[in-house]
Amino acid sequence: MENLSLEGALTVTFVRSLLAHANIVDVDATAAEALPNVQVMTAADLDLGVFGPGFPDVNPSMGRPLLVVDRVRFVGDIIAIVISDDSATGADAAELVYVDYDQLPAVVSPHESAKDEALLFPEAGTNVATRAGSPEHDENLFDGCDVVVSGTFVSQRMAPCPLEARSAAAELGPDGRITAWLSTQTPHQDRTALAETLGLDPAQIRVVGLDVGGGFGAKTLNVEEVLVVWLARRLGRPVRWTETRSESMTALPHGRAASLEYTIGGTRDGKVLAYRLEVLQDCGAYASVGAVLPGLTGLMASGVYAIPRIEFESRSVVTNTTPVSAFRGAGRPEASQAIERAIDTFAAELGMDPAEVRRRNFIPTNAFPYTTASHAAYDSGDYEGALELALRSVGYDALRDEQRQRRERAATTQLGIGISCYVEITNGIAEIEFGEVEITRDGGAIVRTGSFSHGQGHETTFAMIAAERLGLPVEKVTVHKGDTDEVARGTGTYGSKSTQIGGAAARLAADDVLEVAKQLVGDYLEASPADIVLDPALGRLHVAGAHSLGISWADLALRASADGRLAELRAEHEFQAAAPTFPFGAHVAVVEVDTETGRVELRRLVAVDDAGTLINPLIAQGQVHGGIAAGVAQALYEDFVYDDDGNPLTGTFVGYAFPSSADLPSWEAVEMETPTPLNVLGAKGIGESGTIGATPAVHNAVVDALAPLGVRNVDLPANGENVWRALRKAKA
Amino acid sequence: MTSVALTVNGSRCEADVEPRQLLVYFLRDRLGLKGTNVGCDTTSCGACTVLVDDESVKSCTVFAVQADGSEVTTVEGLARGDALHPVQQAFHEQHALQCGYCTPGFVLATVSLLKENPNPSETEIREGLEGNLCRCTGYHNIVKAVQAAARAGA
Ligand code: FES
Ligand code: FES
Repeated sequence: MENLSLEGALTVTFVRSLLAHANIVDVDATAAEALPNVQVMTAADLDLGVFGPGFPDVNPSMGRPLLVVDRVRFVGDIIAIVISDDSATGADAAELVYVDYDQLPAVVSPHESAKDEALLFPEAGTNVATRAGSPEHDENLFDGCDVVVSGTFVSQRMAPCPLEARSAAAELGPDGRITAWLSTQTPHQDRTALAETLGLDPAQIRVVGLDVGGGFGAKTLNVEEVLVVWLARRLGRPVRWTETRSESMTALPHGRAASLEYTIGGTRDGKVLAYRLEVLQDCGAYASVGAVLPGLTGLMASGVYAIPRIEFESRSVVTNTTPVSAFRGAGRPEASQAIERAIDTFAAELGMDPAEVRRRNFIPTNAFPYTTASHAAYDSGDYEGALELALRSVGYDALRDEQRQRRERAATTQLGIGISCYVEITNGIAEIEFGEVEITRDGGAIVRTGSFSHGQGHETTFAMIAAERLGLPVEKVTVHKGDTDEVARGTGTYGSKSTQIGGAAARLAADDVLEVAKQLVGDYLEASPADIVLDPALGRLHVAGAHSLGISWADLALRASADGRLAELRAEHEFQAAAPTFPFGAHVAVVEVDTETGRVELRRLVAVDDAGTLINPLIAQGQVHGGIAAGVAQALYEDFVYDDDGNPLTGTFVGYAFPSSADLPSWEAVEMETPTPLNVLGAKGIGESGTIGATPAVHNAVVDALAPLGVRNVDLPANGENVWRALRKAKA
Repeated sequence: MTSVALTVNGSRCEADVEPRQLLVYFLRDRLGLKGTNVGCDTTSCGACTVLVDDESVKSCTVFAVQADGSEVTTVEGLARGDALHPVQQAFHEQHALQCGYCTPGFVLATVSLLKENPNPSETEIREGLEGNLCRCTGYHNIVKAVQAAARAGA
């Protein structure tokens, strides 16, 4: 995105708060503005409202001002904008903007926040942004249970860390229209949101998503992009902004940050009868996507198990930290982490093999479609099949033998085996997606998709889908995306929905084009269109039963262009999914834990991920690999930490434990395909499954390794320090 | 301003640079070689890796003046005509890139790794590329690509 050349563009640098919570007494930009061609703007220059929260049930007073008005609420909150000729001057000038703060006590812990003692938004009268589920406890929930166990853990805050930090640029055209180049996952939605925030007609805005270096849920329109676009209009000059990594670590929304408390009960023979899950979600300083993540956690609370009674309750509270949004999994990892820890805790209490407890509670394969007690309507699945495949692949029994031997000789390095069976929801709000296919003059095809891609390879996958329907070689199909002037409508990429709706729309548009082509060929060959068929192997349309009476795509395109009828070879299709889909799988992790130092080494991770029909297995596996790495990163390494005053302690790549290749093993991914009936492709989402499956498998493995030493839980990330603490606690 | 003379991707270039200019910005902004990316500001990610006199170097961490008199290779200098460098070819074939932002750095780090150790084990690959971060691939296919490139004698 930084590679975009924009003649005469001014550089934007944000002056960000150094304190987590303070009233702003004064902002003095005199020294900064003394630098050549530097201009500084604050909220007083701004004629815009607040940004968000954007969800009906979230406290409306907890939206984010585009520029801080009188109070900063996290380290990184934007106080002023510096406009300069280049970034070096911008950085110098930003340091010369003097901010006079009146410091307020910082609320860093969500548990403290929930007490409503110090308020971030006094006018709201509370720190609670929203609630989900029911606060009412059923006294009889665990009736009939022989065993009831509970536990708590924190699904810790993570920084999404796309390798390309964000960038934005905007330019006002001579026609008064504005073009915004954004490092985003959602160009069309950004256009709509920009129009709303800036009070413009969407037709006045063109959003272009260029090559984007990763997003993972975090790269949707945010205040920075709105300000860049606003500035380009206000100044009448092109402007651009690229964040530094250290800026990104606190300015780009974080993920997870949920405290979970579970109680599970069942019979002595391992049948789960009831489950209760409570979530305290940290929204960060302003309530946006993060506030509503627990809704997904609650929906997916039941996991892969047939649990007769489930209670769920969540509160989302604001704290003086970076706002929380979606990150790879967004609300569903928390559900899996909780139920999978709960099942293991229950199994440990019963002294039963955790694989066996899972078998006794799976939703049976013949029960689909199946609606859980937490109200999710699963489309298709074979949970037991996934687990058995994973156990076979890893060599479960042999590993348990090795574990037994190490336990018997009280080896210092213990072996841990962790299982996680998961189901997750993709295309969670059953969205619509746009696809268009056009035959080009040279007999190839262009697919225009409302979806987006920032590394997921949809350019290839969607080209394969259309090529297959049209009998074209895949190289003859190009995919266009991300430019709202070229692609009529779209929703973008998030929630693992792209192939199942964007891919389906591309396929249906290709089918529509084929129908129009048959009309045209019918005209040319003086045959009924109903008699025209496609020979997919040759990419030729011919009269059924008469191979010689036909025409290739290339000749058809040539002839149609000569006749001025090429434009007919074009079709749009909007695909509306009837419901979300539910990919599932089973992961088994094998770890070695040094019981003296706490050091954990992940030896193996076998992952069975079933996302329905795979279009491009190579790309799908790539998604699984990256997903697993993010899941393992949460299980063993990453944690975004603040001190008690709300200062970030992990605000650079030096402090934040982003794992490198040396920290991770190769993955053993095993394919399984159970198609969904919900779209023509049979495809479900794959982008987040690996993450959702991996964290609990590794977490359970570490606890399993330490079980003989009396350890019942290890805090995430289960790194040397946390393992060591858990060991100490168990000894005490 | 200080004058520097260096060879970049086989071409001689002489320029006056500010002493504080980092090599990566010299390559990107002065020479227009935008293949070298910047992913951090703490010498942690390796997205900016280039070869200086055949050794991999994080170009965000050296000043342009320090490269005076050296031979610099960026990702743009690897392909021979239309033919990708064997390491690039291996990354392509093994699907070792998703968003591609980390890729130029990984490719150059690999070129340098294989020069030092033409037949690395998986552990040696993982440790050798420790200075490069990728958020998309989970490293699995990157390791496979390095192995494939080693087999191809890159
Ligand atoms: S940009 Fe050079 S190491 Fe990250
Ligand atoms: S491919 Fe995206 S960071 Fe490596």
